[in-house]
Amino acid sequence: MASVPEEGVVTPDGRQIGGVLMEMKNITLRFGGVVAVKDISFDIRKGEIRAIIGPNGAGKSSMLNVISGFYNPQEGEVWFKGYRRGPMKPYEVARLGIARTFQNIALFDGMTVLDNIMTGRLNKMRSGFLAQALWWGAAEREEIENRAQVEKIIDFLEIQNIRKTPVGRLPYGLKKRVELARALAAEPQLLLLDEPMAGMNVEEKEDMSRFILDVNDEFGTTIALIEHDMGVVMDISDRVVVMDYGRKIGDGTPAEVRGNQEVIDAYLGVAHD
Amino acid sequence: MIYREAGDFKTGYREDGQTFPIKLDRWAYYGVLAVAFGIIPFVINDYWASAVLVPFLIYAIAAMGLNILTGYAGQVSLGTGGFMAVGAYAVYKLMTAFPDVNIVIHILLAGFVTAFVGMLFGLPSLRIKGFYLAVATLAAQFFLVWLFNKVPWFYNYSASGQITAPERTFLGEAVTGPASSAPAKYLICLGFAFVLAWLARNLTRGMLGRKWMAIRDMDIAAEIIGVNPLGAKLSAFAISSFFIGVAGALLFAVYLGAAEVGEAFGINKSFLVLFMIIIGGLGSIFGSFAGAAFLVLLPVLLKNLLVGSLGWPTDLAAHLELMIVGALIVFFLIVEPHGLARLWALAKDKLRLWPFPH
Repeated sequence: MASVPEEGVVTPDGRQIGGVLMEMKNITLRFGGVVAVKDISFDIRKGEIRAIIGPNGAGKSSMLNVISGFYNPQEGEVWFKGYRRGPMKPYEVARLGIARTFQNIALFDGMTVLDNIMTGRLNKMRSGFLAQALWWGAAEREEIENRAQVEKIIDFLEIQNIRKTPVGRLPYGLKKRVELARALAAEPQLLLLDEPMAGMNVEEKEDMSRFILDVNDEFGTTIALIEHDMGVVMDISDRVVVMDYGRKIGDGTPAEVRGNQEVIDAYLGVAHD
Repeated sequence: MIYREAGDFKTGYREDGQTFPIKLDRWAYYGVLAVAFGIIPFVINDYWASAVLVPFLIYAIAAMGLNILTGYAGQVSLGTGGFMAVGAYAVYKLMTAFPDVNIVIHILLAGFVTAFVGMLFGLPSLRIKGFYLAVATLAAQFFLVWLFNKVPWFYNYSASGQITAPERTFLGEAVTGPASSAPAKYLICLGFAFVLAWLARNLTRGMLGRKWMAIRDMDIAAEIIGVNPLGAKLSAFAISSFFIGVAGALLFAVYLGAAEVGEAFGINKSFLVLFMIIIGGLGSIFGSFAGAAFLVLLPVLLKNLLVGSLGWPTDLAAHLELMIVGALIVFFLIVEPHGLARLWALAKDKLRLWPFPH
């Protein structure tokens, strides 16, 4: 079990990892008779990159859906920023500062890249209905201010040239990047990534890994991600939770997890010569 | 060669976000406005007003309303005729109950009444989607028509069951009733169409429009990003119904003068407006105007051609007209399922590169 002191640590590469941002206590999630998540507890520290791994059907996505408020667990407690979070609607969770991307891209295909990313900032915009209808005062000012913020993210993720392209026309790898941009636009404190590198080639995976590290480094965003590429997971994450059949079978730094016999049996396997 | 964005530099996000980013488009827009407000009122006659321009403007307003709901927010509705009837009966009751209040205020109030009714019938959209929602709005259509037929209070207990618009003036000119002139009718409809189109454009390019489109494209993702589906769907129903209510009020008070609910606001109206936005282009303000123009002008054009120029019998022309309009709808949908607005956009894209496409 990985132990991080309460006041936080500095990683070898110089990033500050602070106190507990989110804590899951004894979460159990059932769908009828099927237990998707069984009595799982772990925490996510401020500023860290936390990976959730495990074989297919282990309950990783269900766990992420509990964090993002899409599912409410039958048992257990979700604590965020020191407060217990009761059952909430997904859009209320978004207001708390949690953003996510999806395993199967969930962009708004009929809208341009710019509009998709601008939608990510909807909780930052306060202008009323009348001001928007008349496009007057606060509405226009807000639109321009938020556009400037969105342009920073567009620069950051290097998607300037596709700004005004409808998302439906983009190739897969770019869609993944736009989805990351939309999640970043909300300036989340906790960013959840559900298989950000699924279906990508090596080069795209390298790009995406770099973006994830940069986001964590530059914006200080805490990241929790699900990923199947063990090379990537072991490289970029600070701590790893391993799940199997809805249970937690390992938790710790990549090195610790790699040496855990139960994790090797269930998921990692051994090299046969 | 002139249709270029080259040389038209944008130095801020304000300019980049404007409705017509290309200079020639802006000029064309101002030109159309100048002709519509400055020239047509002086040359318009009764035939042009009642056969072409007034119905075109009124249906354009209704089409914008339905486009906000169906094209932008993705909620299919077959209740347009019923909501237009709400607008018509609301303006009738207001006109007869408060004869001293300005007609424009009455029309706006009729819009608000319709917005409220639309929101009520929009409540099922929180639970049901797609075809099922269409059926629910169809129920609204039949219920509202039934209501206005059955409850005599709505038509002031008149013997015929009809509602008839009394004469009301705006700025000293009669705009409703038999004495109203063609320019007055035209101008009041144009005024409403212009202001409402501007409002629709502002709403759809801002955050509210993005929320609607997010719900349309992927409602689950929209909710996780922070869109409250209740607020987004009900606001779409309310604003859409406001437009449709204003269109219904204008149709009754300014255009028809007298109306019987089953005939003027039946299910045919719902389909007509739905066809307008499908042919014009879903999710496009321009498309609403284009679709309304297509379905209002085409029958008039065909009639003039067949009866006026070729001298065919009227009954034969009337039947042929239905067939030709139907065939053209099918043709257009096969050639360009995204409607006239997409055709227009494609043409402009080509024009930007013409004559050197490489």
